[in-house]
Parts: sequence; C-alpha cells; structure tokens
Amino acid sequence: MFGAGGGTSSYREIETTELIVLWGSNAREAHPIFFHHLLKGVRNGARLYTVDPRRTSSAKWADVWLGLDVGSDIALANALGREIIRAGLVHDDFVRHATIGFDEYAASVEPWTLDRAAAVTRIPAAHIEALAHEYANARTAQLCWTLGITEHHTGVDNVLALINLALVTGHVGRFGSGLVPLRGQNNVQGGGDMGALPNRLPGFGDLTDPAVRARFETVWRGRIPSVPGWHLSEMFEAMHRGALRALWVIGENPADSEADAEHARAALGALDTLVVQDLYLTRTAELADVVLPAAAAWAESEGTVTNSERRVQRVRKAIEAPGGARDDLAIVFDLAQRLGHDWGPPDAERTWDELRSVSPNHAGMSYRRLDEHGGLPWPCLDEQDPGSEFLHGRLWARPRIGAAAPFVPVEWRPPLDELSEEFPLRLTTGRVLDSFNTGVQTERFVSPIRGGHALDLAPTDAAALGVGDGTRVRVSSRRGAIEMDVRIDHDLPAGLAFTTFHFPELADVNELTSDAWDPKSGTAEFKATAIRVEPLAGRFVESS
Amino acid sequence: MDLHLGPERASAAELAAIQRALGEIGPAVLTHGDRVVVGGSRRAQERRHLLLPGLWALQDAAGWISPGGLNSLCITLDVPPAEAYGVASFYDLLSTEAAPPVIVRVCDDLACRLRNDDLEFAGLDLGEHRSSPCLGQCDRGAAALVQTAGAPIRVVTQRAGASPVIEAPTGARLLRRICSEVDATTMTGYRALGGLAALERAIGLGPDLVIEAVTGSGLLGRGGAAFPTGVKWRAVADEPAGEKHVVANADESEPGTFKDRVLMEHDPFALVEALTICGLAVGAEQGWIYVRGEYAIALERLAVALDAARAAGMLGAAVLGSDRRFDIELRRGGGAYICGEETALLESIEGFRGEPRNKPPFPTTHGLFGKPTVINNVETLVNVLDVLVLGPEEWRRAGTIGSPGTRLFCLSGHVTRPGVYEHPLGVTLRQVIDDAGGTSGTGTLQAVLLGGAAGVLAGPDQLDVPLSFEGAREHGLTLGSGVVMLFDDSVELRGVVERAARFFAHESCGQCVPCRVGTQRQVEILARDEIDGGLLDDLDRVMTDASICGLGQTAASLVRSARAGGLL
Repeated sequence: MFGAGGGTSSYREIETTELIVLWGSNAREAHPIFFHHLLKGVRNGARLYTVDPRRTSSAKWADVWLGLDVGSDIALANALGREIIRAGLVHDDFVRHATIGFDEYAASVEPWTLDRAAAVTRIPAAHIEALAHEYANARTAQLCWTLGITEHHTGVDNVLALINLALVTGHVGRFGSGLVPLRGQNNVQGGGDMGALPNRLPGFGDLTDPAVRARFETVWRGRIPSVPGWHLSEMFEAMHRGALRALWVIGENPADSEADAEHARAALGALDTLVVQDLYLTRTAELADVVLPAAAAWAESEGTVTNSERRVQRVRKAIEAPGGARDDLAIVFDLAQRLGHDWGPPDAERTWDELRSVSPNHAGMSYRRLDEHGGLPWPCLDEQDPGSEFLHGRLWARPRIGAAAPFVPVEWRPPLDELSEEFPLRLTTGRVLDSFNTGVQTERFVSPIRGGHALDLAPTDAAALGVGDGTRVRVSSRRGAIEMDVRIDHDLPAGLAFTTFHFPELADVNELTSDAWDPKSGTAEFKATAIRVEPLAGRFVESS
Repeated sequence: MDLHLGPERASAAELAAIQRALGEIGPAVLTHGDRVVVGGSRRAQERRHLLLPGLWALQDAAGWISPGGLNSLCITLDVPPAEAYGVASFYDLLSTEAAPPVIVRVCDDLACRLRNDDLEFAGLDLGEHRSSPCLGQCDRGAAALVQTAGAPIRVVTQRAGASPVIEAPTGARLLRRICSEVDATTMTGYRALGGLAALERAIGLGPDLVIEAVTGSGLLGRGGAAFPTGVKWRAVADEPAGEKHVVANADESEPGTFKDRVLMEHDPFALVEALTICGLAVGAEQGWIYVRGEYAIALERLAVALDAARAAGMLGAAVLGSDRRFDIELRRGGGAYICGEETALLESIEGFRGEPRNKPPFPTTHGLFGKPTVINNVETLVNVLDVLVLGPEEWRRAGTIGSPGTRLFCLSGHVTRPGVYEHPLGVTLRQVIDDAGGTSGTGTLQAVLLGGAAGVLAGPDQLDVPLSFEGAREHGLTLGSGVVMLFDDSVELRGVVERAARFFAHESCGQCVPCRVGTQRQVEILARDEIDGGLLDDLDRVMTDASICGLGQTAASLVRSARAGGLL
C-alpha cells in the first residue's frame, strides 16, 4: 500500500495495540503463528473484532463477531467511514497533513448510511456504529485481513476500502496502528518481494520505469521487457485462446487450485510444453511433459524467507534432498547454462548479494547481519539500518516525507455469481488448521483433529433441505456439480455454506467456484459461489 | 474461545448449583440474531476466577464433578473443558470420578497419627475411609472430614477443643476477644469488645500514617517467612494508582498448625477489619480471604461476618462513612497444601491450577490478576489491629527487639493441654511447654517438632532456646507457622519423618522436577532399611536449591534436622 507491497506493522505491535479488527481472516487456523501474537495482544487487553461471514474459530476469541453477508465488505467499510465522518471522529490533523482526496472520499461514502449498510451487510446498524466509534477512538488499532477480502472480483477495491478507514482515522504509520494483510505461508511475502509479480522487479521495482529497468539491466547484463507480463488469471485466458503455449510451473498446483478447475485442467493439457518443478507429483505434474523433482526449501536448501512482518530470515540446509531432487537454485542455474548463460556455480548467498545490489529495501541485509539480528524487516537500506518495524512513519513526519497517501473512493458491487431460485445458497471456501491449500503437502500425514471434507450447512438450511450430518448431497453451481457429505455447523448463518478445498481428489470444490476475477489483481472470486444442494439418496430421516 | 465439548450436560440440580454459586451472570457468549455474537477472551478472562467456586458447587451438589456438570460450567465461563478438568483434578477435595455419596477422610498426619489407634468416634462408619493429610484439628484429634453429596462439608473430631490460652504478661492481644465472655462472632459482640476502633483510627490517620505505624511496629509476617509487613504494604501503596488487591492467606495447611482456624472461627470480624485496614492503606478496593476448604466452620462464620459487615457499612461503597470503597470476597480452597504458597494461592483464586509462580516478579508488583497485591497471613493481619489501637511503641513492648509482638503457638501431640497459646516472642520453649501442662503420654519428652512438616526437630536439650525469629535461627531452629508438637519417648521418630516426607510427595504440585521427583525419591529412600545418607544429602541440595517454591525448598528440612540430631 502507498507503493510498498507489505503489511505496515510488526508482530510486536499487535501484542500491544488497543483494538484489533480481523476482517475476512480465520487466522486461528490459517495463520496460527500470527494468531499467537494476536492472542498476546488480547491477553494484554486489546479488544478484538472479527468481521467474517462465518463465525470461525478465530471469531470465537473475539469480543464481537460481525457476520457480514459474503461480498458486502465495501458496503460495511464505506458505512464505517461515513459514520466516522458524521460523528466528527476524523483524524483531521493526519488527513490534512498526510493524505489527499478526502473530500471525494467523504462524498463517495455519504450514501452509505448505517441503515443502508445494515440492509446490504445484514449486520444490525447499532453494531456497525459501535465498530466505527471503537476504531476511530482507539489510540492504536490494527486492521488485519486475508483472502476473505482479496478473493473477490472486487478484491483490490476491498483493500482500498480498508485503507481509506486507516487514513481517515490516522491508524497507519504509527507504532501500534497499521494495516496488516496476512501472508499464507512462511514466504508468500518473500515471493512477491523477489519479483514474482508480472509488473514488478525484485524489491517492488516498477517494471515500466526506464530508470529502474536500467539499474537491473546493468547488473543482469541483459534487456528487460518494458511491458508487464500476465498474472495467473490472464495466463489461463491466454492458454485458452492459444496465445500461451509453454508453461514452467514452480511449486504450484493450479490443476487443483484454480477456480473452475475442469476448465483450468483442459488448458494445461492443451499446452505444447508443460514443465513442472515440485517436491511431489501433483495433479499438475501428472499433466506435465517434463517434471523436475525439487528439493524442499525447508531444511534441504539454503536461502531466505520473508514473513508477514516483512522480516527476512535465513533458512539453512540441514539434510540432503532424497533421490534425484535438486535445489531450485541449481535447477534454474542449469537451465540458464543450457540457454547459453553461464552464471557459475549456484550459490544462495551470492544470489542474495546480487539481489541486495538491485533492491534498495534489502541493501543492508547481509547474511552476516541476518544471522546477527535473527532476521531483519525491510526496508533496510544499509548495513547500519536496523530495519523498519513499521512502515509509513514518513506520513507523520514534519514536514511530511514523500507523497501524500491518497484516498481512493470505491463503490460496492455484489458478487458476480448471483443467488437465484436455481442456486439459492452462497458457498464460501476456506482453510482449516491442519491442512494446507490443495493438500499436496498436508494430505501426506495423519492429523487427529482433521474433520475431513464436508459441506458445512447452517441448521435451518439443512432442515429445509431435509438433510443431516453425513447425508450425501449433490452440490451444483453454474459451472459444475460434485458430491459431498453434509455436516451441520451451528455457527453458520442461514443461507451460507462452507467447505475447504484441501481434498481435491475427494471433492473437487474448485469445479464449482467462479472463475470471475478481479481485473486489478487477477485473483479469482473463490469466496462467493452460488450453489444448489440436493440430497442424493432420498430424504434424510431424523433418527428418533 | 472455540470450545470443543463432549455431548454431556449438567443435570437440573447441577445447573441450579452453578447458578446459586455464580449468581445471574448469564452465558459468557451472547448471541444477537445470527449475525452478531458478543463474547470473547476478555469476557472469559473476567469470569475465569469463578471456576473454583463453580467446581465446588458441582462437587457439593452431586458429590463429584461429572462430565456434564463440567461441560455446562465451561460453557458458562468459556473455559476449555480440558483446562477446567486440569483445575478440578488438581484439588484433593474435588472428585473427577463418580464417588460414593459419603466420603470420610481420616487425618493420619503427624499429630493425629498418635491417636488413631481408636478411630471409633462420632458414630462415623469408617469402613471405607480414606486417609487425609493434616486437617488442622491437632488440638482435638483424631479428626475426620466428611463430604456428603448435597450437604455441606463437615469436620468431626474425637475430642472437644481446648480453649485458647493466653500467656502474655502484657495481656492478651490476639486472643483477647476470644477469651472473653462475650461472643465476638456477632457484630454486636465484636463492637462491645472494642471492635472497629482500629479501622476508625486507620480512617482518621489516612493511608500513609497507617503504613508508617505498621512499619514502625516492626511486625514480621506470621505465615512462616517473617517478612516485614510494613515493607510489603509500602511497596504496594507506592505502585501507581489503579487496580490493586489485598489477600488474606487463610489456607492454613502446615501440619500441626491451627491458630488461624481458631482466630477465624471465634473472631472472624477481626480478620475482616484488619484486611479492610490493609486495603485502605495500600489503595485497594478489593480484598480476598482464601480459606482452606477443610475449614467449614471458619468459612461459614466468615461468610456471616462479611454479610454483617456490609450491612453495618463496614464494607461497601463508603467504609464506615468514609469516601473509601472496599469489599471482600471469600474463597474456599480445594484441599491443596501448595495453595498456602502465596503465588499458588493467587493462581488458585484466578481459576487456575494452584502452581506457584516464579519470583520475581513478586506479588507486590504483579500479584492477583497481575496487579499489585498485598498477601498476608491471618495472624499477621490481626496483629495490625493492636498496632493501631495501642500505637507501634506500646505494641512493641511485647516481644524482643528483633521480633516484636506476641505469637500464637499451636501445642499438640504429647502435651497435656493441647491448644492455641499466645506468648510474647522470645519466650522459651520450656515455658511454652510448661504452660500447656508439660509432656503427656509417657511423660518423657523425646523431641519437639517446631514449624510443622517443613520445620525441624528440637531435642530436650534445646528447651531453653528463646522462641524469637532471631533466637530460633541462631540455634538452627525455626518458628515457622507456630507449630509446637511434642513426641514422648515411645514414638518412633523415623515414622514421623517418613510421614512428613509422604506429605510433601503427596502435596508437591508437580510443576518443577526437583520437587516432583525429589519428594518422591525422599519417601523411597526413607522406606528402605538402610538409609543412604549421601543420596539424601544430594536430594536435599537439589530440592533446596532448585525448586520453584518453598515446598520443595523446605521438603528436606525435617529429614536434615532429624539426621543432624541423630534421631534417624
């Protein structure tokens, strides 16, 4: 945000803040390490709000759970902003000093009265009002979110709506106040930081800026295309229309994880060349022409990872990889050599030092210093820099350093996959504690708490359908149909169904999900699918 | 919290008991329609301290903590059932398995075991009895604790208690009201005996002068550690204003100790008044009295006294018409010696297993609920009344320079007139024994246990030691909690030492290894025909040096002293 692709705050801040708003995130299960830090904050007296269509296990730790309707996040955020303005709780000084576009923002949220928001979000107006006042009045507040915000066709707008709230209240750029998008793995942040984005060079260098490109070209001794590449959703569109013919997949399993998976598999199968580099023979690898067995980044390789607080930490090789599995770095170096570029022997530290020479944010992070400090958070500009615990302190500097932070008015649009008589239930997907994404890694061990895959239904919906725990049902969406077992979840509001997508070979949930995606981020709308549920074997009979 | 509960729920009787015990607090988690739920860790934290009272309610109602009762209590308090089970199973008097409707626990501890040859007392059916550590009835044992489902706990003793006895040349202080003809357990009686004069004076003086007086008196803690009371009060008073607590440690469980029981049973208002003075002095608005669960009568009389104190305006929003707010909550222990350790007691009040905390930080800065807290023994607190009424100078006239004031001694074992005796500190052991009528049994004294199971054995050659803190220390003895238990020459002292060792092995909370393993190993070594002295020395060193709390640190004390005195 504001040009930096990372959360603004450190874990230490969530432990000492006054108010935590966890929005569209079930961190207790999906980000358990972060949740430990969050619980320290709660124990130290922080109030915790969760905003989530489901009363998740995270929500059960919250002082208040607000169960907004799927996809109504912007309606809620705009109403919060309007109420903060109406009640005179705007941080005037910060808004004047550090932001631009407030008047346009105020005008854009003006129609979002509490009553209108209550009708759209289905949260009672008094509770929206209470959150607005608590957030604005808190001395420090952390606004945290995950895929419940981003996996919508309005994902970027959803994030902007939250950022607007932080700007209007001054809850950013200070110790204890910030905006925290949680990262799903130990190194999702690092992946983006290292340039695994279609429009960014490592360290978030802007690909379209000739000066930035020149800096990299000097070091890399080659030409960098000035046109951003495709993001994942665009790649699949390009595959479908035949414009993308060869694909090299490293540590991803799109054959299972893509929305509308059947469609995605067809595209992968039709490629001229598919190369998959992975620890396991995933469903994607099964479609590949060439499979490159890779060593695990954890314990079998040298390198670094970057966590949600932007802290770069070293990982070390402890054991040899089994069989013919090779370090990712070695595979890439070998490939380069076959393509006519001799980069010398692969070496993690040398590669890292090259990154430091082109990414100012990482310049101060030598391996020696990373060892010495137990990791450093970026930006870390030189070898004296202790790294940055929180970002955007510049906004508070007098005079302000750098550009003002812009308000970006956003308008609510409902999910594209509309509910209808034919598809009356809303299906949303998510993760559970002991499983990870498509299960490539987690299906390999037994967990005593694994609940198995099921379609979770609210008691009233189940009763209306005449189904109960264990009833086999057909679940249909506008794209496909699968069979699943029902599980009654007393914490789900009526009209909402939930399932995980950890067990694609048992229930191919992503055959149902919508492949509509956010044009700004390329992220698919996994969180809002319209479905119909039909019992398969007669009607469920309540046992007496 | 995301609780994972089994299907069982409380019976109607159990639910009613929970509600009676906890009041109309409603569920921890409140649902507003299907889109808003209010609850969370904070609400759970705020009511966690009700866990032990809730468990007691279930135990009393059903005779055990049933899975259904536990689940329902957990829903009300938003506590994970595994954690609540961990707390319930920590306490001896709470049963987590279906128990017979009547449980009789007969004391077989150091004093009562001398008399347990005749267990046919009070018409009890002792066929299925369990044994119990010291019940604090050493002056009138043998003793048994009777737990009946659906009825209050009761204690049955073989003999009536001897009257407390005063042997203070300066006149009775701590026992003055108890020894008078007037019943001090009613507010009228208490006032007639001069009660509330100290509190009135304290309000007149204001906090600073009260603390100055307590400091000036030189009063040392009577629970065993002899820490200067004024220093403790000053430390808490000097903490920044905000939530603070004062706690009366009435978990009197050291074998051979029963003085606090006598004070609470016969003079409950004195403790209430003293704790109130403490609260006002240090700036606390909440006081707690934590009484060991076996003291049924003391608990009952304190509860009555607290109600009367509130009715009389002695407690509440305006203490005796002043602008100060103060109230006291009564808490009942669950039968765990370790909860007499101050930080374990705080954990117990907070609704956790009574496992001692590491110190520092000390309770004066991080006490109950993490807030600055004074925690004092009952006898210590009651002394404050006379400090204020007499003034520190006059008060100091009793006792020695280093150990001012009087002290309650608990005479038991082979002594002619067992009971609680008040003497000025510095009195000789011989005097204390003589005033209680001398040695009974065979009439020949073999040894005296001072300070309880964590204390030492004194031989007949040490009777002229002055019983002051410094005098005892100089002679390698300890006053501890005031235990003076006599053994005639028929007693096999090895059995006494073994019983004390078993006591510690049973009462170790198990948290730290030196104590958990060490106390058990000590029992095993003492059970052998040939005692391995070198191994005992090793155990002594590791327990004394490395245990978290005083239990482990003193668990070898008696063995050490017995060996040093050639008694083992």
